[in-house]
Amino acid sequence: MTPAAASMPALQAELGPIQDGRATLRIAGGWQIHDQLPALEPIASRLEAASELKSLGFQADGLTAWDSGLVSYLTSLIDRCQQRGIAVDPAGLPEGIRGLLRLAYAVPERQGARRTKKSISFVQQVGEQALALTRSTGEIMAFLGEAVLAFRRLLAGQARFRKADLWLNLQEAGADALPIVSLVTFLVGLILAFIAEAQLAAFGAKIYVADLVGLAMVIQLGAVITAIVLAGRTGAAFAAQLGTMQVNEEIDALRTLGIAPMEFLVLPRLLALILMTPLLAIYANLMGILGGAFVANVAGDITLVEYFIETQKAIGWNDLIQGLISATVYGAIVAVSGCLRGIQCGRSASSVGLATTSAVVTAIVFIVIAAAVLTLIFNALGL
Amino acid sequence: MTAPPPHIEVESVTLAYGDFVIQHDLSFRIRRGDVYIIMGGSGCGKSTVMRSLTGLLAPKTGRIFYDGTSFWEMPAHERARTMRRFGVMYQSGALWSSMTLSENVALPLEQYTTLSPAQIRAIATYKLALVGLRGFDDFYPSEISGGMQKRVGVARAMALDPEVLFFDEPSAGLDPLSARLLDELILELRESLGTTMVVVTHELASIFTIADDAVFLDPETKTMLTTGNPRELRDHSDLPKVRAFLNRGAS
Repeated sequence: MTPAAASMPALQAELGPIQDGRATLRIAGGWQIHDQLPALEPIASRLEAASELKSLGFQADGLTAWDSGLVSYLTSLIDRCQQRGIAVDPAGLPEGIRGLLRLAYAVPERQGARRTKKSISFVQQVGEQALALTRSTGEIMAFLGEAVLAFRRLLAGQARFRKADLWLNLQEAGADALPIVSLVTFLVGLILAFIAEAQLAAFGAKIYVADLVGLAMVIQLGAVITAIVLAGRTGAAFAAQLGTMQVNEEIDALRTLGIAPMEFLVLPRLLALILMTPLLAIYANLMGILGGAFVANVAGDITLVEYFIETQKAIGWNDLIQGLISATVYGAIVAVSGCLRGIQCGRSASSVGLATTSAVVTAIVFIVIAAAVLTLIFNALGL
Repeated sequence: MTAPPPHIEVESVTLAYGDFVIQHDLSFRIRRGDVYIIMGGSGCGKSTVMRSLTGLLAPKTGRIFYDGTSFWEMPAHERARTMRRFGVMYQSGALWSSMTLSENVALPLEQYTTLSPAQIRAIATYKLALVGLRGFDDFYPSEISGGMQKRVGVARAMALDPEVLFFDEPSAGLDPLSARLLDELILELRESLGTTMVVVTHELASIFTIADDAVFLDPETKTMLTTGNPRELRDHSDLPKVRAFLNRGAS
């Protein structure tokens, strides 16, 4: 408490005796929000308990200082009095307070505006979750369907979007992702080779480190790692961009112009990732193999030439094609998840955050599912 | 007779973003308890002037005094303390979208007072009632209209009963009745609490109702043209630009 406040007379609220159904509340001292204010309850409950009370007046001679602290105390009290049907006569209050009270009650409460909290039973919660799941599956399907239609219009040369956006997205999703993809895949190659070298050395089969690293990277890991990096990097960015556009009504502005957000916003992003993910995956494979070669060379005394000849023998065209097909599918998944969650975004800053989180989670879940399904398909085809 | 010292004094201030000068050589004084209008055509830098008064943008040259102390030369913690005595209402509301209206108004009170949660809630309810939003406590900003968001911005600015209230285009986008309620509120707060009000606006009806004093900024010469009471400027200013502005182009 500041010294000035301490020297002020203590604030008081005293309810006088009730005479002829009328009581007077005596207010004195300094009532400011930076000091302590008295609780409303003792006085309010005494007012409500006094059944013979018809009207409440005020006496404020001893009031030394006041601000919203006092006025909000009074409005809370007046609200309670009104619920009980006690008339309030503000005549005894200073003029400034009367003016503020008049303004505070100038606009009546809008009917039905106030909200009451509803409690939800467990069964209802489960039911609502189940319904939400069906609904969101439906939304994903509808979005995919629309994306396919937009693609058809693109092939027919009728899709409406700006070429500059496509180039920008290609650069941001592709070239700009090179450093992080290099780092992660080089390290994965390194680690794989380390573990494999330790195990295979026991059988004198150290050279097979090259086969293991090469095949693992090319068939699956290169694509999966690239896709997960892109989900965190590009998918999240898509969701945040489109989500913010949703918050700012930019997407509505496109719609009213007759431009489909699906073509204008989603298509360039989808195209960018479908084109760039396989390229990045090839690069990722290369970096992984380099990482493996580095370990094999340093820890396993295998020359780089030996390593690359072994890798070349191990990897066939079919492996590379599997990896590239997977990467393309994953790229589409990342783009669709990011755009879908961005477009579904609500109208607030926190919903942009939720959209971004949800975009990354959705992408990773579907990448894992797609990896399993694709592996089954490739096996069935005998690739 | 000596005039009381000004509450806020702006002394040959130049504002710029990098090399791009917004306004130069601004000098004006705002008396305590006045409703002071910063007016001028669109794009003249009214909001930028407000940003430098509220501590968001340091002037390139010149000084701004609050009660005689140079605002931008204070150490940062002193300036933060001075800024706590401001209430600022932003052009588009700038409400925190993940909080309810009541929580938006309550945040400054939670941070800077020792009141109980029930008392803070009561104050928030009262402030919302003052701007005509009784009963909307538990709504989120995205669930109400733009005009209502603006009024919540006013309620939040008033939360701590500040010494200076800044309003950026308060009545733009409000219906006439809400705009009048806001004008009344500005006058009532000035009357009852002695708050100094700095209002950036170009709503003429509002200017003539509430203004005590004003500064007129010109977008072409990038400086102030004149200061004075807008009603007098409208009728007696010898500057055609100012008279045209205040008479909606008819002279």
